[in-house]
Amino acid sequence: MRRQSLWRRLDAAARYAVPFGSIVAGLFLLGLNFGLPAQAQLRPVYAVACVFFWSLYRPSSLPAPVVMVSGLLLDLLGFSPLGMWALLLLLLHGGVLALRRQLAPQGFLFTWLVFSGFAAGLFVLAWGVESLLGLDVLPVRPVLTQSGFAVLLYPALAAFFIRAHRGAAAAELA
Amino acid sequence: MIRLSVPFRQAVSRLTFPVMLMLSFGVVLIGRADQGISGELRTGLDDVLAPVYGVFAAPIQAAESGTGAIGHLFSLSAENAQLRAENAKLLQWQAVAMALEAQNDALKATLNYTPADAPAFFTGDVVADLGGVYDRSVLVVLPRAASPVPLIGAVAMDGRGVAGRVVEAGSRSARVLLITDINSRIPVALGTNGAPALMTGTNGPTPALLYWAPGQPPAEGAMVLTSAVGGAFPPGLPVGVVHYNAQNDPVVLPLADLDSLRLLRLFSYPDNLPVLTPIAHTKAKPAAIAHHRKK
Repeated sequence: MRRQSLWRRLDAAARYAVPFGSIVAGLFLLGLNFGLPAQAQLRPVYAVACVFFWSLYRPSSLPAPVVMVSGLLLDLLGFSPLGMWALLLLLLHGGVLALRRQLAPQGFLFTWLVFSGFAAGLFVLAWGVESLLGLDVLPVRPVLTQSGFAVLLYPALAAFFIRAHRGAAAAELA
Repeated sequence: MIRLSVPFRQAVSRLTFPVMLMLSFGVVLIGRADQGISGELRTGLDDVLAPVYGVFAAPIQAAESGTGAIGHLFSLSAENAQLRAENAKLLQWQAVAMALEAQNDALKATLNYTPADAPAFFTGDVVADLGGVYDRSVLVVLPRAASPVPLIGAVAMDGRGVAGRVVEAGSRSARVLLITDINSRIPVALGTNGAPALMTGTNGPTPALLYWAPGQPPAEGAMVLTSAVGGAFPPGLPVGVVHYNAQNDPVVLPLADLDSLRLLRLFSYPDNLPVLTPIAHTKAKPAAIAHHRKK
């Protein structure tokens, strides 16, 4: 094996880091005080979309430990029970990896549909876990608004991710 | 780089996922068993992030606070006229306030009233909106000199009314749980006779009123003040106004502008926490608590 130059390796590392970097940067920016109406609810939506997309199209850049760290970050930024989103995002990651063979060749509309199903399922699970751990029945409406946001925002996020996937995150260009 | 055999590497990559899954399940259990750990981690992360958020929040605030001097020039005369009218009205109110102050002083003198000590307070910038799906909270950057007083439990007010209270505080940042949060329960006094009730957050913009005396429903438009029942809040801080919503349930319209908080004053009343307050007591106060019990 020929030894690669430093710049080559730096380039490869940067491309490798794009998925995790996009998750961290997005979670940070969504915390800023923009005064949007349902801003706090967008953070899990964004994390779920990121993990879904990158697990599907670039799983080598998003190994399980990175998914777990993203989940912990999401829990610490919000007030959800520590580790809950780490667990849920890992379940999503595992689910997408299991379906990857069937999903990857499909068109955008089908992937969108599958993502909507995954996202709604996860938000229901999150609601269940928080209700259980809080020993209280929490309002159901955030589950609906979050699922709605997830369905509506996925195309925009996917357009952004696809550009990154072909450009900045493309490991084969390094 | 360490060279590993191919089967070993495959085994590791296959094992990563279940191991991580079990690890995060363990984290959930640990977080459940010791609530302090997640609080400490959160405070540590907040302290690291608060200055960064401060840097990013500055341009947003600048953009919000107007388009600069030239933008103001266009609306100058209209604003001037409006301010003159307001000023005239305020001068009348000033006279009323002065008369009432004099009357108040006279009444206090006859009652031999001793005023309570003014609480320590300081002002912090709200830099981030770090709530969750079921939580309403904001992150406040603390000024450097703020640390000596215990901050957890401090009452946060904006210019007009109570906005919430501090639930987690580090050396540079504090998280304020807003009164609209679903976990927020605040004993309040309604109207001029101070009828007791409990204000509970609903995650919506208007907290609900519970446990008011059955014979005396809260009156529309009555002032809602904090009450000292339970000892968690000092009495008499303005919270909001009673309003009946479309379901004919009494709710509170908060005075504080909770959707766009920019500055918060944090008042700490150090000896005010009763033993059973459901927030963490700082370790520095066993003496104060014992003192409380004796009474």
